[in-house]
Amino acid sequence: MPNRTIRVEQLTRVEGEGGVRLLVRDGRIERAELRIFEPPRLFEALLRGRELTEAPDITARICGICPVAYQMSAVHAVESALGIEVSGPVRALRRLLYCGEWIESHALHITLLHAPDFLGYASGIDMAREHPDAVRRGLALKQAGNDILALLGGREIHPVSVRVGGFYRVPRKRDLAPLAERLKWAREAALETVRWTSGFEFPACDRDYTFVALRHPAEYPFNEGRIASNQGLDIAPGEFEAHIDETQVRRSTALHAQLRAGGAYLTGPLARYSLNFERLSPIAQEAARAAGLTARCTNPFRSIVVRAVEVLYACDEALRIIAEYEEPEAPACEFEPRSGMGIAATEAPRGLLYHRYRIGADGTISEARIVPPTAQNQAAIEEDLRRFGTQFLRLPQEQLRQRCEQLVRNHDPCISCATHFLQLEVLER
Amino acid sequence: MSGATLRRLVIGLGNPYRGDDAAGPACIAELRGRLPADIELIESDGEPAALLALLGCAREVCLIDACASGLPAGTVQRFDVATAILPSLAGATSTHGIGLAEAIELARALGVLPRRCVVYAIEGLSYGAGESLSEPVRTAVRAVAERIACAGAP
Repeated sequence: MPNRTIRVEQLTRVEGEGGVRLLVRDGRIERAELRIFEPPRLFEALLRGRELTEAPDITARICGICPVAYQMSAVHAVESALGIEVSGPVRALRRLLYCGEWIESHALHITLLHAPDFLGYASGIDMAREHPDAVRRGLALKQAGNDILALLGGREIHPVSVRVGGFYRVPRKRDLAPLAERLKWAREAALETVRWTSGFEFPACDRDYTFVALRHPAEYPFNEGRIASNQGLDIAPGEFEAHIDETQVRRSTALHAQLRAGGAYLTGPLARYSLNFERLSPIAQEAARAAGLTARCTNPFRSIVVRAVEVLYACDEALRIIAEYEEPEAPACEFEPRSGMGIAATEAPRGLLYHRYRIGADGTISEARIVPPTAQNQAAIEEDLRRFGTQFLRLPQEQLRQRCEQLVRNHDPCISCATHFLQLEVLER
Repeated sequence: MSGATLRRLVIGLGNPYRGDDAAGPACIAELRGRLPADIELIESDGEPAALLALLGCAREVCLIDACASGLPAGTVQRFDVATAILPSLAGATSTHGIGLAEAIELARALGVLPRRCVVYAIEGLSYGAGESLSEPVRTAVRAVAERIACAGAP
């Protein structure tokens, strides 16, 4: 059979400049490559020589969808170098801010980027014509997440209130009351979204992932916890680099991450959910079970349902935080710069986000390392394509391309906030 | 919301700190005090859910945004998007960052696009951080504001 090449000149609904190449031999995918050709962005070099106080705002600019994740990993890492432990209402407000980001990021991905795959539409706009209620609900949910960011962070994109030691400004208790009313609606909308997505058809595609996510003794993880896996990994964030290697491969400008002990792994909603199901609030656990999920989800196509469960949890958790909120005595604690190494990992919507900073005695950053979730997931996405792609090879080219894109979109990759061309090449031998 | 209670909006899109991307907000500043009291002047960063929420509660909207279509800097293009799609949507490269054209088409698909919806696109020259408006864009901003003020309507 001659080689065949399918090219998709413009792909919507995946983030960044990337492509997929499948090498097919004897009717099976022998090799699958996720090709990322987005230019490097050099943020780690940009941070060198900058004040430690600038890290949260500089790194927030890495992403317009998950700026809070970058702010949180940065601020916690710097604080760990300075020996600052944020607690009480200020810690709770950071968790609330993270709830807002999960809600807005997940709601966008579920509604406009992922659902069209299951309902057979080329875009969210096409889907909106025939499923207007679902799209309205999803966008209003996203807006509820935006409202949290705007109230706590001063604006919806790239919030500006987080600082080392706490916040520049914290809300009054009465400021949060109107937000709670919107979140009560959002919690119902999220529950409806879980039901809606659970009714989609899911191909039988389960595999034995190595899941890696934060685990916290009492909480579904946002800002802190140990890094754990379903294969026995249980380490402090400070041990990340002793257990996980990053290597460069020719086909990608993003470094590939591997567990030294176990190769490729997956981070993100499936991992977080499967390692922390019992930490979800009762309403989220109940909704997940009613949606047909068990305490562990190993079908990447069902990640859309897991995301919806996480939106529900984030709304519920935000309401709990608001109900218990007492205004802190001060929005931030004061500190003196000192030299040291600061490390933190938090849970971005797409998964584990690791930051490490070396700080000099004068308070400037001399070294920075940032490992985003999508870089960590590249090898797992390739493995999904290799394992699950074969069953779609008999489909007409357009459907095959769509299925391969969906296999990538299942993990909501955020290669960058730039334009994006995905070329799918199928080479048959 | 009935047609009588729906809002009349002039929305300036853009980042005020990125050179000519500030064309929209600059137009809003030019228009302050020059329009009937029932017309609201709004600055927006273009966040799509927020923009859709605005479109969904309006009966007349005028949007002003900077664009980079290859025309000479300061060129003003006016599009009546109530009746036709914004041309940039042809061959759109939408992503997580859903743009103005996609937000308008989503509003149309959801049946909430205002019955009068006009877009002014001002061709920019430079978008550097911390830069002020370039001369051609500054002139164009005044011209667009003048046109909207004279019409007395979004």
